[in-house]
Amino acid sequence: MLKIENLQARIEEKEILKGINLDIKPGEIHAIMGPNGSGKSTLASVLAGREDYEVTGGTVDFMGKDLLDMAPEDRAKEGLFLAFQYPVEIPGVSTTNFIKSAVNEKRKYQGLEPLDAAQFLKIMKEKMKLVEINQSLLSRSLNEGFSGGEKKRNEIFQMAMLEPKLAILDETDSGLDIDALRIVANGVNQLRSKDNAFLVVTHYQRLLDYIVPDFVHVLYNGRIVRSGTKELALELEEKGYDFIKAEVEAANA
Amino acid sequence: MDATTILQNAFERQASHSGNLDTFHSENWKNFSEWGLPAIKHEEWRYARIRNVFNDKMILNGSTSLNADNIKTHLLEGNLSKNAIVFINGVYNASLSTITEPENQLVVKSLSAAAEDEDAAFVKANLGHSQNYHRDGINALNAAFAAGGVYIKVKKGKRIEHPVVVYHVTDASNGFAFAQPRVLVNVEAAAEVVLLETYTKLGNDESLTNEVFEICASQDAIVHYVKIQNEGKDANHAGTTHIRQLEKCVTHAVTLTLSGKLVRNNLNMVMEAANSESHMYGLYLLNGETLADNHTIVDNQQPNCLSNELYKGIMDEKSTGVFNGKIFVRQDAQKTNAYQSNKNILISENASANTKPQLEIFADDVKCSHGCTIGKLDQDAMFYLKARGISEQTARAMLLHAFAIDILDQIKNEEIRNYADKLISERLSYDF
Repeated sequence: MLKIENLQARIEEKEILKGINLDIKPGEIHAIMGPNGSGKSTLASVLAGREDYEVTGGTVDFMGKDLLDMAPEDRAKEGLFLAFQYPVEIPGVSTTNFIKSAVNEKRKYQGLEPLDAAQFLKIMKEKMKLVEINQSLLSRSLNEGFSGGEKKRNEIFQMAMLEPKLAILDETDSGLDIDALRIVANGVNQLRSKDNAFLVVTHYQRLLDYIVPDFVHVLYNGRIVRSGTKELALELEEKGYDFIKAEVEAANA
Repeated sequence: MDATTILQNAFERQASHSGNLDTFHSENWKNFSEWGLPAIKHEEWRYARIRNVFNDKMILNGSTSLNADNIKTHLLEGNLSKNAIVFINGVYNASLSTITEPENQLVVKSLSAAAEDEDAAFVKANLGHSQNYHRDGINALNAAFAAGGVYIKVKKGKRIEHPVVVYHVTDASNGFAFAQPRVLVNVEAAAEVVLLETYTKLGNDESLTNEVFEICASQDAIVHYVKIQNEGKDANHAGTTHIRQLEKCVTHAVTLTLSGKLVRNNLNMVMEAANSESHMYGLYLLNGETLADNHTIVDNQQPNCLSNELYKGIMDEKSTGVFNGKIFVRQDAQKTNAYQSNKNILISENASANTKPQLEIFADDVKCSHGCTIGKLDQDAMFYLKARGISEQTARAMLLHAFAIDILDQIKNEEIRNYADKLISERLSYDF
């Protein structure tokens, strides 16, 4: 589904990604872990198409298409979804209208008729249950004055509405209390299928108790330095990132 | 024949039948002749170069071939057609106007009639009051032709159910149309009214509307005023809305400028008594080569008044937005609260915004604040929307509409608000 080869990217003059390789197949959940500043969020942003980053090398194939050649909105319509680490507050744009536009733009791209108000409402009601989000939140301006947990739940709700092929969760767990974390994870688990895939970016192992990954990768200094199964996450939790750093530095010495 | 000669001839033609307004006319003609049109060195008219609009092809108060049926197609629907005051080329046309409210609530008549009858004293006291703030040739020129104007009286204690809509229809089919509408509104004590002004230009030539709209609000009156300009790119406009607040009142003004060539809006809130409240909101949504210049004045003369002001601008292509906000707090006006904010978004490299707060405070126990911003569209918000599959164009429309909505939401009358939203959404190609 997603094949990243030797991906390199920088922001202004600073090299952040220094050759990432990653292969994600349908039905899989991959976790990217790593210390702060290792490039985790950069990877998520580059895949979603944020223009602040300049891709300096490598390729990304997304279901047979050159992802890096696509505008952010086309990536989304092709089925890529980024759950933002810091969802943006947009006063004056109603959450419901925003999601309706997003859903219908995607349907148009797929050659489908737009949903009418009743159909949209029906689907919305179903998905709202999934992430335990209530109507009053969705009637408000997009993310405006939402708590951290509400913002993250809104991200997962949007994901549920858009039914992406590949969802990238960028530190969705940061700032969430355990109840909110469980709700978010529960939403993700219910959306899991053999046809879609998840890339879960996180600093802590905690989220992975609830969203169990098939593979765990450790990103350090712009490269994936270790890959393994979910046990790797536990090992990191126990030993901290220092042992990875030490290993990498020993190898470079 | 140059512009001055055209105006001189027109003035001489009307002088013979203007009744009690004669003195007002001739004084103002004298002022106009003395002051002339504001030139570039006139600080108040630095950006709005009104003088350049005047030309030797102007037709003042020209005739029109439009009939009642043609005019009807340019009026708004529903309750916005119930109290319709129609100006054709700057002259009040009673036969095309419709007033549904009964006479014991709302009186509408020609200004020249009001100057002769039981309202003569009011007219004498209030007509031309705006000249205390605008001693310039533009205001004087309008005043020299005030007989074509209208007088509106909202009677004591009455709440007018439907908005009173002043339709300015300018027919530029036969050449450059120069219209000079004049409106004088008397809102008596404890009365409440919603006033809307809209402008329509017909024909392919240019036009200039030079308007003075004066309101005098008595004790406990509530006045809602909305001005919507969407006349098209060949329409020039110089308008003054002047609101006197004689006693404790609440006034609320929303000014929307959506198109035009050169547009100048003056808005004055004169707070002559304690405990009054003024709200002033404006949106200028510009493209092409439109220049829109909003000059506002709040004059706090007595204690415990509140004024709140928010103007927002969106400038695309080669357009220019100008905001100048004056706030006077006179020596007696202790405990004044006066807030002002002007926010601008520039969409294109060639657009510009000029903003100037001007506070003159002579009292020592007041709260005044002002702020202005000029920026671009929030790129993080753009990315967030695009990352959900929303196209660049739609994302931009959503964000601009969201920026405008603060002002739209200040229009308390739902029908007017919906109409304004329709115009703005159409302009932004925003259909949600």
